[in-house]
Amino acid sequence: MGDLLGYLSAHRGQVAGLLGEHVVLVAIAVGAAVAIGVPLGILATRDRRIERGVLGTANVLQTVPSLALFGFLIPVPFVGGIGASTAIVALTLYALLPIVRNTHAGIRGVDPALAEAGRGMGMTDRQLLGKVELPLAAGVIIAGVRVATVISIGIATIAAAIGAGGLGVYIFQGLAMVDDTVILAGAVPAALLALAADGALGWLARRLTPPGAPGAPTSARPV
Amino acid sequence: MTAAVSFHGAGYALPDGHWLVRDLSFSVGASETVVLVGRSGAGKTTALKLVNRLLDPTAGTVEVEGRPTSRWNAVELRRRTGWVIQEVGLFPHMSVRRNVGIVPELLGWSPKRIDVRVDELLDMVGLPALEYAERRPHQLSGGQRQRVGVARALAADPPLLLLDEPFGALDPITRIELQREFRRLVRRLGKAALFVTHDLREALAIGDRVGVMDGGRLVALEPAESLLAADHPAARALAATLDPTITPPVGEKARRDG
Repeated sequence: MGDLLGYLSAHRGQVAGLLGEHVVLVAIAVGAAVAIGVPLGILATRDRRIERGVLGTANVLQTVPSLALFGFLIPVPFVGGIGASTAIVALTLYALLPIVRNTHAGIRGVDPALAEAGRGMGMTDRQLLGKVELPLAAGVIIAGVRVATVISIGIATIAAAIGAGGLGVYIFQGLAMVDDTVILAGAVPAALLALAADGALGWLARRLTPPGAPGAPTSARPV
Repeated sequence: MTAAVSFHGAGYALPDGHWLVRDLSFSVGASETVVLVGRSGAGKTTALKLVNRLLDPTAGTVEVEGRPTSRWNAVELRRRTGWVIQEVGLFPHMSVRRNVGIVPELLGWSPKRIDVRVDELLDMVGLPALEYAERRPHQLSGGQRQRVGVARALAADPPLLLLDEPFGALDPITRIELQREFRRLVRRLGKAALFVTHDLREALAIGDRVGVMDGGRLVALEPAESLLAADHPAARALAATLDPTITPPVGEKARRDG
């Protein structure tokens, strides 16, 4: 442990740089996954065929081993090659499943009577989505983003294998040098980053879950 | 004067051919309250949904203000129709104020006008805005939630109210209190109302006329005070559910409501 702290403080500039790269990789990938995954999840609640296609594809993507996916992407034109962009594409694909699935489940979990009430008030589909379904599903959707973020922080350490940088650089260096301290210098900050993201997004999910929404804690009702 | 709603041989069948309601022909006058009563599965709710196009009839027509529902824009029709359902219908993520103001919001009223209207409505249903407007539905009792539901339905001053078991989940005392207030309010505002319940006592307390539904058909439709004398078996069966020791005599009820 003393070795690790000594190593980290001796290399703090470099550690900060790698940590920054790591955060950027994950932030871009999760951001892209939200931008793609939330609309896909919404679409999946609107049409049975899209539902099967989207959830099926996302499930399959999740089963591809991450190192293999990075490898597969290297020869693909435009998105592939060595470097950060390939890693971001791969991380986005991994982050998609929890986001799509939770968006879908969150909206499906809205009490059908509430959706019908909205329609009965004269809401258009778009208004129903914006005023009722999304706000009620927000907590569940953020919970999906939370899982996606934690997974991405872990997988992003492997991205160093294709030259994308990040804290994985230390892990691969340490493996090559058979030096536990260097491995830990990558692994421990990555783990702390994951814990911090988990805590922050967990807090946000709880804040955004309205009482009475799917997954909300049941509260005593005053009379 | 054009009826608020009229059913002309209206029916609704599922794709498998099973009729949920059929051959409905009756109308609700411009400031009349008609209550449909019947056991679960009798088709009451289906009949209600045919009015605001949550369902479209598969036979016959339903007219609102003299125009077939098929020629109404569904969204526009629903905004002109107050819709009250059991307590679950309040949006849990919105304050009481926003819940009540939702239809005016959809209609694009200015926030100031909505606020004024919401204050007025909350006072009207006995929930002073100062105390209740910023609460969430889960911070209200069942009876208070139903009052909010009624206020919400009245928000954009629709000529017609549709109510689906609105007081079904309430304790008997609150329920009777709300029935009385509802009746007074609807009379005072001159609204037409189509009200669905499985409780005959509620039907008699609220309706100008009471229709009995059984197996998807309307088997009797009588002024409230003469329904108990109707001779259809389903009406008799419902009448038998009333405990004669508690029910006020029909004559007394008619005097009170008249």
